[in-house]
Amino acid sequence: MNKLLIVILVLALAACGNSKKNKAGSTNAEDITLTGAGATFPLPYYNLAFKTYKDSTGVAVTYGGIGSGGGIRSLKDRIVDFAGSDAFLSDKEISEMPSQTIHIPTCLGAVVLAYNLPEVKDLKLTGEIIADIYLGKITNWKDPRIKAINTHASLPDKAIHAVYRSDGSGTTYVFSDYLSKVNETWATQVGTGKALKWPAGIAAKGNPGVAGTISQTEGAIGYIGSEYAFALKIPVALLQNQAGNYITPSTESISAAASTELPADTRTMITNSQAADAYPISCFTWIILYKEQAYNNHTLQQAEANIKLLHWMLSDAAQQLTTKVHYSPLPQTAKENAKLLLQSVTFNGAPLLK
Amino acid sequence: MFYSLISGAIPAFEHFGVFRFIFSAEWDPHPEAEQYGALSFITGTVLTSFLALVFCLPFSLPVALFTGEYFKGKKVASVISAVIDLLAGIPSIVYGLWGFYTLRPLIMDLGLSSQGFGILTASLVLAIMIIPYAASLSAEFISMVPRELKEGAYSLGATRLEVIRNVIFPASGSGIFASYILALGRALGETMAVTMLIGNTNNIPYSLGDTGNTMASVIANQFGEADGLKLSSLIAIGLLLFLITAIINFIGKLIMKKLS
Repeated sequence: MNKLLIVILVLALAACGNSKKNKAGSTNAEDITLTGAGATFPLPYYNLAFKTYKDSTGVAVTYGGIGSGGGIRSLKDRIVDFAGSDAFLSDKEISEMPSQTIHIPTCLGAVVLAYNLPEVKDLKLTGEIIADIYLGKITNWKDPRIKAINTHASLPDKAIHAVYRSDGSGTTYVFSDYLSKVNETWATQVGTGKALKWPAGIAAKGNPGVAGTISQTEGAIGYIGSEYAFALKIPVALLQNQAGNYITPSTESISAAASTELPADTRTMITNSQAADAYPISCFTWIILYKEQAYNNHTLQQAEANIKLLHWMLSDAAQQLTTKVHYSPLPQTAKENAKLLLQSVTFNGAPLLK
Repeated sequence: MFYSLISGAIPAFEHFGVFRFIFSAEWDPHPEAEQYGALSFITGTVLTSFLALVFCLPFSLPVALFTGEYFKGKKVASVISAVIDLLAGIPSIVYGLWGFYTLRPLIMDLGLSSQGFGILTASLVLAIMIIPYAASLSAEFISMVPRELKEGAYSLGATRLEVIRNVIFPASGSGIFASYILALGRALGETMAVTMLIGNTNNIPYSLGDTGNTMASVIANQFGEADGLKLSSLIAIGLLLFLITAIINFIGKLIMKKLS
């Protein structure tokens, strides 16, 4: 009994000490907690960025990686301050939201094609070939079309096992968006989406599932998020871009894909980019929030903190963090457009960012 | 729970019709022309579960006889039943990983399937997972057979095998049957290990080496990003799974009543 009392006393004292320290450190900030939910793709970056933000400002941000669909549902229900998504909302989806929304790009990523052929280094592929592999038209690595562009390697006589995501995913969306752009048959037969009706291949859950299946199956090829592939150091294929160059996915070549003209609302897919040194399956990831921040019991304080956070996400301090977790920083135009968008955010009609 | 399942499933049933939803194997999430049908998942679920039951039978029944009859009350029996019960405590993700890293390469080496995923791989792992349920409950029922019955048979000059065949099985048949129904129920709902091994392709499997998908794994895979009609279709699949499990349990109870 006595021991228990002591434990409780110690705990209580510790709690007091903690709260005192916080109050001394920052003013008021500890009352504000921002919540976001959505895409899992940028999760490693957001975790790092939000932790850094908390360390410097004291504002805690929690982000739940529940999937883009879930994040947008939560934003629709107004239970989060912002949603993360790898696919921008279509005009129809925007009209279904209870009020106007804006898209703020936060970083760049890419979808890479990982493969398991121990004897082949620097495999080169084109969009057409990838589409035909996933359509089930190319089934062996000795296919003359793969051979023609890989004269430097001796391709084995092995069946190709195409691996895709069994769960709905922004990665699938970006990948299929690219294939639809480069292959007519793909566009009409399969199309673009977070989940598809796949004509061929086997499926595994999440990036880890796909990566695991590839590394355990000789002759397998599959698409995974670049951040995961780079961290894993799994062999990835060089892709031919629109300019005809074979590009290795890297932070530079991914950033280059977004160096083209961008629409003012940043809602665009940068796959199959025209830039000469761009990796062709690159993508933005966005944070979506309401343009009018006064809703339900959303306070002015909270709205201000929300905008400040997003403004900070566009700063160099935050953008520098992207490469640490294998993402790519935003190019200048994207940052400028996003800042203009943030200036349009209001609270009861009054702009929040001066 | 039942209510929320039904209310969630109604839009899908309204849109496709109950009959068409159950008997269509089409699963096309294309935004403009969504088509959802549960048949391929129903076949996947039923096929893997019953195959698992078949695979587990030659292992679980001897174990049950060993611990419940031959070595009843001996140290060996308690050790073996403890080991078997331990199988039930292993998380299903561990079974999935074992299947992925050990069983799948084996199946590829044997040439049963070129990429190792599929109905066969999933069923084999499921079979191992349900052995403890079938074995320990069966053993319980076998050991509950009255001593007088068995001694009576022995006194008439019956051999051990004859006692097992003619006394123990008839006397504990319904109990053994019940334990297998329980095991089947477990196999029907298993998600994680199956998802990792079945290949997750939305088609009707025609051979053991084919990849497929089960009701539980399609829900686990696609629920996160689903909305609208797709979400409703997934809930409808959940409802169907619920009903299938209920029907199998009901049939099981009916047969048990007939037997006893």
